[in-house]
Amino acid sequence: MSGTDRTSAGGPVRIRDEWPLYEVFVRGKRGLNHVHVGSLRAPDDAMALVHARDLYTRRNEGVSVWAVRSDSIAASTLAEKDPFFAPSGDKVYRHPTFYDIPDDVPHI
Amino acid sequence: MNTPTVTPSGPQGPEATFEDTIARDQRVEPRDWMPDGYRTTLIRQIAQHAHSEIIGMQPEGEWITRAPSLRRKAILFAKVQDEAGHGLYLYSAAETLGADRTDMTARLIDGRQKYSSIFNYPTETFADVGVIGWFVDGAAICNQVPLCRTSYGPYGRAMVRVCKEESFHQRQGYELLLTMMGGTDEQREMVQDAVNRWWWPSLMMFGPPDADSPNSARSMAWKIKRHSNDELRQRFVDMTVPQAQKLGVTLPDPGLRWNEERGHHDFGAPDWDELKRVVSGDGPCNAERIARRRAAHEEGAWVREAASAHASKRATRVREGAAA
Repeated sequence: MSGTDRTSAGGPVRIRDEWPLYEVFVRGKRGLNHVHVGSLRAPDDAMALVHARDLYTRRNEGVSVWAVRSDSIAASTLAEKDPFFAPSGDKVYRHPTFYDIPDDVPHI
Repeated sequence: MNTPTVTPSGPQGPEATFEDTIARDQRVEPRDWMPDGYRTTLIRQIAQHAHSEIIGMQPEGEWITRAPSLRRKAILFAKVQDEAGHGLYLYSAAETLGADRTDMTARLIDGRQKYSSIFNYPTETFADVGVIGWFVDGAAICNQVPLCRTSYGPYGRAMVRVCKEESFHQRQGYELLLTMMGGTDEQREMVQDAVNRWWWPSLMMFGPPDADSPNSARSMAWKIKRHSNDELRQRFVDMTVPQAQKLGVTLPDPGLRWNEERGHHDFGAPDWDELKRVVSGDGPCNAERIARRRAAHEEGAWVREAASAHASKRATRVREGAAA
């Protein structure tokens, strides 16, 4: 995401304004998640999808595309030491390697 | 929850975090703090790169209607469409730094931002289409593959997409030339003539010699650039010489020879005064390229306005429908 959104959420698009920014997600093939591939500008959702197809799937890169208004995405801040992620920092017991199991116990 | 710091607060603040990110070969992402110089250098480089892709549609685009077969026409269409796509990936990347897309287009048309000097040369014959794919896209690959590891995340990711597509561009050009070399004497002469005209401008694509490239050192320290202009130019020459032999053309440099000691080819210096002239606006096609871009932008205005009006009307209908 760009973090430079200049459009107001949900408002009508005014002529001469920059078109709203969309983030594009592509599912490469069945069984995979949609993955963020980039962004584009389009006047509305329908055009965003068409542009996304032309811009990001010219070579069979996907079987499904999402185009989402950038200003509709709720995002955490990017600072790595953000306390937002602190709750997961001290819970080593959530990882399988936390547990001591003798080497001769099979299939675990 | 504490508010994360977003402004510099001395050497231990976000500046230190930035330097540490660069030192550890991690990527800088859009909302990270970054020095103003890093941001403006990137915007200038990415915008110039985007403009090059967009202007780069013109020299080859001129040959779409005159391609000698449906196969060549379809290939050329696809290639020129890719160049448009590359421009759009790059404009998106520049936008993540706070650059404004409309403003970048305005700066290109006003001549306030530059594009690669190579696109200011004319495409005189269809062989030029092949040589552009071989030399110009080959040189672009040399430049762009290392940029996939550039320190700014969105730029690197755009480069990954571009590089995947660029390989087709180079191969179609070389194949086109192989086909022509298998044709008549006249066709072989066309290929040699195109090679003669494009060789030196292609070497200039890597920019001035390192000694005359004052901003390079800082860009390398920030890991925006990964290799110097001269290193990349050498790499391009070494890569191209055996391809020229295979094709059966002569590269127009009497000084070009293998240097066993260095393990590289020695080669002559391009006419750097010519590069300066072309960059400063005095190349064979500068005015024509900008005029064409300006016309396309102005003639497309009604399409952009119609799309906006349609979107606006539909949004109004949806709101009124919901209110009723």
